[in-house]
Amino acid sequence: MTVKVQREDFDPGAEIARLHAGRSDIGAVVSFVGLVRGESHGEALRSMTLEHFPGMTERELERIADEARARWSLQGVTVVHRIGELKPGERIVLVVTAAAHRRAAFEAGEFLMDYLKTRAPFWKRELRPSGEHWVEARGSDDEAAARWRRD
Amino acid sequence: MKVLYFAWVRQKVGRGEEVVDAPSEAATVGALAQWLQARGGGYAEAFADLKRVRAAVNQEHVGFDAPIKAGDEVAFFPPVTGG
Repeated sequence: MTVKVQREDFDPGAEIARLHAGRSDIGAVVSFVGLVRGESHGEALRSMTLEHFPGMTERELERIADEARARWSLQGVTVVHRIGELKPGERIVLVVTAAAHRRAAFEAGEFLMDYLKTRAPFWKRELRPSGEHWVEARGSDDEAAARWRRD
Repeated sequence: MKVLYFAWVRQKVGRGEEVVDAPSEAATVGALAQWLQARGGGYAEAFADLKRVRAAVNQEHVGFDAPIKAGDEVAFFPPVTGG
């Protein structure tokens, strides 16, 4: 399991290759890359700045990855999340899951993103022509995470 | 007790962290938030609507009914928006 929080960009292909290098027990790798959209609330986005809670962020991402590994049989998990100022089109987040078969890799990847969006302590601030705006949390993200809950 | 603030909570309070000497009655996260709110100024603004604020104790998400004790690190922040 690899969890990284960093300012610099990442190479999705290199991260995927690293996850299954030298392994023959992995039959499926699924990756998700989140990007900065150039439009928000009908305005052109100039930049987005990501703030986080150093220490808790890494711990929370590891807790989320542990939960995924408890639910699915996974051969590997990589999560990379960027912080600092990002421009439209830049990569924000990478989640890669590796498993023997595709279903576990797909489901775990979706679970990781849903939980990351509602639990990992990151906050986005947008710079638009009208000024600086903190991004509001979306109820649809809470609903997406809630469907994984097991009562 | 160390208190941390993030995102717009940090901006309204005007600092990212501080050590506070809260009274013993502030024995839960919610009571601490109300005590901070009563300081007025930026604190009153930051904690005006507690439904918009989330908390963590010692780097774990908690509800406002969570107990706190001397030496704990309490963080206040808006709902998270990463990913």
